[in-house]
Amino acid sequence: MFVTPSFKDIFESNLVLKLLRLSISHAKPYKAWIAAVIVLQLISTVAALYLPTLNARIIDEGIAKGDTDFIWSTGVTMVVVCFIQVISAIGGIYFGARTAMAIGRDLRREVYYRVNALGALDVSHFGTATLITRNTNDVQQVQMLLLMALNFMVSTPIMCIGGIIMALREDVGLSWLVWVSVPLLFAVVGFLVVKLLPLFREMQDRIDTVNGVLREQITGIRVIRAFVREDYEAGRYRDANLALTKVSVKVGNLFVLMFPVIMMILHLATAAVLWFGGHRVDAGQMQIGSLTAFLQYLLQILVAVMMGVFMVMMIPRAAISAERLDEVFSAEPSLAVPVGADQPERHEVEFSAVSFGYPGAERPVLNNVSFTAREGQTTAIVGSTGSGKSTLLNLIPRLFDPQAGTVRIGGVEVSELSRSQMAELVGLVPQKPYLFSGTVASNLKFGRPDAGDDELWEALRVAQAKDFVDGKPHRLNTPIAQGGINVSGGQRQRLCIARALAARPRIYLFDDSFSALDVATDQRLRESLADATTGATVIIVAQRVSTIREADHIIVLDGGEVVGAGTHEELLESNATYREIVESQLSVEGAG
Amino acid sequence: MMRKNKAESSTAESSTAGSKETAERDAEAQALEELVPEYTPTEADGDMFGGTPAKKAEHFWPSVKRLVGLLRPESAQFSLVVVLVTVSVVMTVIAPKILGAAMDVIFNGVIGSRLPQGVPLETLVAAQRAAGNEQFADMLAKANMVPGAGIDFVELSRLIVIVLVLYMVASTLVWLQGYLLNALVMRVVYKLREDIERKLNRLPLGYFDTRQRGDLMSRVTNDVDNIQAALQQAFSQLVQSALTVLGIGVMMFIVSWQLALIALIALPLSAVIAGVIGSRSQKLFAAQWKHTGSLNGHVEETFSGLELVRAYGRDTEMLAEFDERNEHLFKASFGAQFVSGMIMPAMAFVSYLSYVLVAVVGGVRVATGQMTLGDATAFIQYSREFSQPIGEMAGIANMIQSGVASAERTFEILDADEQDAEEDSELLPARTDGHVRFENVSFGYAPETPLIRDVSFTVEPGQTVAIVGPTGAGKTTLVNLVMRFYEVTGGRILLDGVDTRELSREQVRSQVGMVLQDAWLFEGTIRENIRYGRLDATDEEIVAAAKATMVDKFVRQLPDGYDTVVDADGGTVSAGERQLLTIARAFIASPSLLILDEATSSVDTRTELLVQHAMAALRTDRTSFVIAHRLSTIRDAHTILVMEDGDIVEHGNHEQLLAHRGAYYKLYMTQFQGGRDLDEEMAAEAH
Repeated sequence: MFVTPSFKDIFESNLVLKLLRLSISHAKPYKAWIAAVIVLQLISTVAALYLPTLNARIIDEGIAKGDTDFIWSTGVTMVVVCFIQVISAIGGIYFGARTAMAIGRDLRREVYYRVNALGALDVSHFGTATLITRNTNDVQQVQMLLLMALNFMVSTPIMCIGGIIMALREDVGLSWLVWVSVPLLFAVVGFLVVKLLPLFREMQDRIDTVNGVLREQITGIRVIRAFVREDYEAGRYRDANLALTKVSVKVGNLFVLMFPVIMMILHLATAAVLWFGGHRVDAGQMQIGSLTAFLQYLLQILVAVMMGVFMVMMIPRAAISAERLDEVFSAEPSLAVPVGADQPERHEVEFSAVSFGYPGAERPVLNNVSFTAREGQTTAIVGSTGSGKSTLLNLIPRLFDPQAGTVRIGGVEVSELSRSQMAELVGLVPQKPYLFSGTVASNLKFGRPDAGDDELWEALRVAQAKDFVDGKPHRLNTPIAQGGINVSGGQRQRLCIARALAARPRIYLFDDSFSALDVATDQRLRESLADATTGATVIIVAQRVSTIREADHIIVLDGGEVVGAGTHEELLESNATYREIVESQLSVEGAG
Repeated sequence: MMRKNKAESSTAESSTAGSKETAERDAEAQALEELVPEYTPTEADGDMFGGTPAKKAEHFWPSVKRLVGLLRPESAQFSLVVVLVTVSVVMTVIAPKILGAAMDVIFNGVIGSRLPQGVPLETLVAAQRAAGNEQFADMLAKANMVPGAGIDFVELSRLIVIVLVLYMVASTLVWLQGYLLNALVMRVVYKLREDIERKLNRLPLGYFDTRQRGDLMSRVTNDVDNIQAALQQAFSQLVQSALTVLGIGVMMFIVSWQLALIALIALPLSAVIAGVIGSRSQKLFAAQWKHTGSLNGHVEETFSGLELVRAYGRDTEMLAEFDERNEHLFKASFGAQFVSGMIMPAMAFVSYLSYVLVAVVGGVRVATGQMTLGDATAFIQYSREFSQPIGEMAGIANMIQSGVASAERTFEILDADEQDAEEDSELLPARTDGHVRFENVSFGYAPETPLIRDVSFTVEPGQTVAIVGPTGAGKTTLVNLVMRFYEVTGGRILLDGVDTRELSREQVRSQVGMVLQDAWLFEGTIRENIRYGRLDATDEEIVAAAKATMVDKFVRQLPDGYDTVVDADGGTVSAGERQLLTIARAFIASPSLLILDEATSSVDTRTELLVQHAMAALRTDRTSFVIAHRLSTIRDAHTILVMEDGDIVEHGNHEQLLAHRGAYYKLYMTQFQGGRDLDEEMAAEAH
């Protein structure tokens, strides 16, 4: 979960530095635009600061002397200054928005490209969900901070410093009011903000708890009702709700202080200017127009200080996001770029002394694994969960590299084959049947975009998916939702198989790909598959005895090592692990 | 400005393909959905005019009425808040006028000090007129000054004290109303949340099964948060802004109606600018959401299916697609940010223009003695404060719109039909024998598509009933009827001879223990999760139940043992171990009736064996309904119910049904095609 850190955390770590570095390095291409932002905001701020001076002149030279011509001509100047102000302000926003959004775009692209360049291992190290968040929300956070920075963080200090200079120009004698009121406002608002931030974080946690309880209640509705735990759950919810309400009230109570306190400070400053300014005017040390101008400058400065404090509040979250982006950018892909080799002519898959472990793991997932899956044969890999079956399968399309040993296809090391070469060779049906949004056809063409409809139908027929696709009103153009969640698990699995078939690879990898099928369908599928994959190398990871026993060759994995190899009968005879697996699988699974 | 951080509550929501098959839903599909968060716009997305894209309410005014109705129990306090706001606004609005008077005191003092002392003002005015300074003479005539005297500091201090008191009281009132309103809104929101919780417990199970889970969750979480924000900020601000606009308008006319008319020119101009830019920027923001969603969808898709993208060599296409969508998003968000960013300077421009106009015309009027300088400065302040609440109101309108839409979605839940009232006319003993009888039971969500047709059978206490049949045959529906998750539409179900409809649901369910495929645990320790089966179970009983159901051993291997926290998504414990925990939970409840749904998904071989043993331990001496997938379970069952299309097509024990050579035989043969050989083989191995 994403947590807003405290200011202390932020400034003690070098998160802000990272945010700064990330921003600066990505702002380089837009130097000219940023320069434009600064110049335009400078102009608009100076123009805005000039207006009270002009107004002061109207009072001193125009009104006090009764010179209406002067009033009118100064009025025209003011209108011109206004125009300059608005045009440069809008221009500043144009370039500011453009720059911030462009940097956002670049960051998104960089994350996306980087993740695509990373190995599957690096991706699983991060976790898919967090990478998605980093690519979207985290970039968004940084982008919005940049936008605010470009829109306000440039103009705010200009307004502050310019305001002080102008105020001093009007009257130095009153300047002590600036030195008193600005730190006072800064201290009060800063105090409230510092108090509020941890409470905001706590409130967010409480909201998450309340929502988490509700979420559990909805997903576990059957269990709750079955155990008649409605009251218990209501109690759990009430506790969470009370805690949330309590902290929300606390936040609210601090929050409602903010506005009146700021208001009070601004008005105290106004009164002070009038009172002390009045004395100076009376003593002839200051003109009355300067008094009003001074007042306006002071208010402008105070508003700028306030904006500055609020702006600073945005930094912690963006800094955390920048850190998370930086992690992705600095991740080194663990896969070396292939040197390029000729496409192999034979397609047997050979593992020699392959070992593989996830970084940081105590035990390797695969340990010194050697075997050969022959062309034209079906090789089954069996073993309990965690025995390394899927890992083994994923080494073949080089989703990651082994730490030791080699994987070869037709004698060529897989690390020498380019991605497109690999795609031509290997058809993978993953454990989690995943479909992309689009249509049935677009999914089937995933591996071979130029496949014709006939070929797609043939693939569907073999995968036992023809009937249900045929039954849909739009047939091949049936829309598929992201992930394929609008078709059942079994249908999804069959479409994934059809996708692999349509790609017509030389090596088929089925990673527990029949688990969601009922046994009759499974049986038919295996029969048709046997014909369709004739001559190809087929490697199957499976749990069902019925699937395994038909394989030409069975590899038994246990604890990452090959503990047996042979046919069903041989292994049943000689291999204790295999026997144990078969015993536990002796069932009529899929009856339901 | 400082809106509460809603951003982080936009946690990933899943969306379920809701259908009548939900009951037989695919656990894997759900695991997948968790990976696919629905994009919820966050504050960080930078719509400064209302945060989330305003979902339109379908019945806006009725929903507004109802939303306001939520405040009714607090109407006394709410009225007080409105009064306080009104008073504070009036005071805030009067103050500039008095400041203007203070300015006059200074100005008059300055002018007066330049004039010779002791000479009557009339003489001086006449002298100026004689000198041809008509305008200055007019001004002098209008001004209230004593020639030769400096600033009247007694008067000045009096005015400044009044202003300070006004502001102090106003600030205190603003704080007080905020304080009251905050507590008030939190009470209302607390109650709303409680109402939703109570409602969720009263909704029939069918409600949950026929709706998208993600949508439901979003309604009870995000939408309620949204209502809270709308109530907390929008309502009070709306009152305050509207009153301020009104008050300032009135004051402007009081000070100078001529200048007020000039300043009012700015009003339609501001409105037009706010309207034109505002609606344009809303459209652009909508486009930005759309493109954000589209890009995020693509990112989710690519990252979730990365191994496939890799294995099928689609990298280039995916990157190209990303670049295209990313560029669209850039253009859309740039447009949205630019146009919405323009509002502030544009409004400021209008306000500057009216400021200049007021300054010039006011200056001329002061110089010609038609108004005092103090009034002019007061007026300038009014005109500057005028445009701010107008701009705020546009943002508030958007927030209210989105809050009302959320309220409407929440009210829909609160209005949903609840489960039928309880009969509760009969009582069962604390522990029944577990005698179950189905008499001509029928059930369907809709009459024309019955899911269960005319089912009758009897189960004796302690017997195990295995329910087999293909997907969609109605196996889960059958056990849902036993649990009274759904009510039969025909016939009746008897528990120890009592029609279950004459019992409270609570009574029925407290007799039944349930272990589902979807091993639901709540976020809490293992101990708490087991105790969920019987809340008064002692720690010793929990350990005993854990031992009986093969849980104890793996729990002891965990660093925190029974205090290990499991979360809703797993992590610390494997799928098989979660299953074991649900068995332990049912075990400790010690029900007389059991419903077991054997997992089809493949878990670790050894854990699988443990699960089977644990389930067997659980079944001992209890009447059990098992949705069975394992041959051993089915073979050992006293009765096998073979279901097809909502009918029980056969029942009997394994041998009888095999001899009958009917549906069961076919099922058995297709699934095992030679399974008998294998069985024999296995039997041989075992000996």
